[in-house]
Amino acid sequence: MACESEVLTVDSIACTGHGICAQLLPEWVRLDDWGYPIIRPGAVPATLLPQAKWAITNCPALALHLRKSG
Amino acid sequence: MPTALDFRTRPGAPPANFGTNGGTRPPAPAENGFRLLAHLPPGGGWTSLAEHRTRYPAPPAATSRPLTALIDEIERAGLRGRGGAGFPTATKMRSVASGRARPIVVANATEGEPASYKDKLLATVQPHLIIDGALYAAAAVGADQVLIGVDRTAPAAVAALRRALDERARVERSGVTVQVVETPPGYVSGEESALVHFLNGGAALPTASPPRPFERGVAKRPTLVNNVETLAHVAQIATRGATWFRSAGSPDEPGTMLVSVSGAVARAGVAEVALGTPLARIIEQACPTTPAAAALVGGFFGTWVPASGFSAPLSRAGLTPLGAAPGAGVLIVLPEGACGLAETAAVLRWYAAEGAGQCGPCAFGLPALAAEAAALAHGPVPAQGLGRLQRWGGEIEGRGACKHPDGAVRLLRSALRIFAADADAHLHRRPCRGSLGGRVIPVPGPRR
Repeated sequence: MACESEVLTVDSIACTGHGICAQLLPEWVRLDDWGYPIIRPGAVPATLLPQAKWAITNCPALALHLRKSG
Repeated sequence: MPTALDFRTRPGAPPANFGTNGGTRPPAPAENGFRLLAHLPPGGGWTSLAEHRTRYPAPPAATSRPLTALIDEIERAGLRGRGGAGFPTATKMRSVASGRARPIVVANATEGEPASYKDKLLATVQPHLIIDGALYAAAAVGADQVLIGVDRTAPAAVAALRRALDERARVERSGVTVQVVETPPGYVSGEESALVHFLNGGAALPTASPPRPFERGVAKRPTLVNNVETLAHVAQIATRGATWFRSAGSPDEPGTMLVSVSGAVARAGVAEVALGTPLARIIEQACPTTPAAAALVGGFFGTWVPASGFSAPLSRAGLTPLGAAPGAGVLIVLPEGACGLAETAAVLRWYAAEGAGQCGPCAFGLPALAAEAAALAHGPVPAQGLGRLQRWGGEIEGRGACKHPDGAVRLLRSALRIFAADADAHLHRRPCRGSLGGRVIPVPGPRR
């Protein structure tokens, strides 16, 4: 298997700070003092990927994305 | 060695007075080494196309095939962008030239940095040099269209560029369409993606990247966005060659740079200096009114440098040890007795107001950061000391679509470093005397 990894990113213009991502993926996303997501840098662990995709699907602003890296 | 020119830096004010001795005649170019600001007519008057052509031949007609020899020459010259980021110009040109569609050139004279006046000045006194540079850039990348974006609240610059284009339309045909586009004022309007978005008919607001303009910009075509000073250097390199360009500056950072000097100086204005000139020398030529305590190097989007660092050369390599960079060439001099924290708080308030309001961390974070900095400067002292300022800074940085919030955080961080003793005094005793008086840095008021 290739060493491809995926990084979780947010389109900061699209994001409106609902905060659902931090609820669905607290291991990888926390909120700043104004309710906007702070996402851990680096590859999302494979075990968290299903949860990350669930967060992406449920973002009301469709602002979350997984980007391939590496 | 070029010397400072006596210019008012108030935006929109016409350059009233040239020369170093209070007179109206610019010093002879051969003596002072001026390049971009050489051959200025007395009193800031008009340089006609005919007169301009006695020194600069007309650029070649652009074709769809990029003029790679010119890009090579610019690479040999080692020219980096003069708009702030300092990216190698030839590298940018190559990226644009290798795109699939016919490129467009955008000359950026929006100059939203409040303490910068050099692009407005250059557009006012040397519009033909800028247009030549844009036409060379068009030839280099194979573009058939040039758009010159200029701040609509800078009437002298707009008028000079329009007049220069009218003059050309009558006598010269370049095969390239050149148009002046007046842009809304404001700091983020001049950001590359914001300018491209505006030229595409949208609002002058930054867009999420990628794609970057060099891939897909105006009309979805590869777009070369260059600062107008950069383009003026391109014109000179194209006519005089890389070796000539390298005869000023250092081997790593060749050429001259326009520098806007303001703050506690008697002769605020635009200087043309060789890269590598010590900050102290540039400040000295602008005649400090009192001993300087520090300078905001790079302008509002810059970094505080204490007077002990003034021996550093104005270059990327020279300023890196101080955590600073030449940026768009701005020096704001802070006198002894002024309060760097109060100045910083005022600039942070401007940052908060100037944001595009598109990204949460910037829209909500910068006002909070500004309020906390104001509390540190003027009281009541923040309950958490510097803790919240530092945490917010770390959390806001890098989370905007553009670099606007990062500029605010970098400025704050340098203030807390350079004025650490002041911050300590403010926290444990009371705000200093300097924080009570008027501000040294002229911060523009709200526009809306």
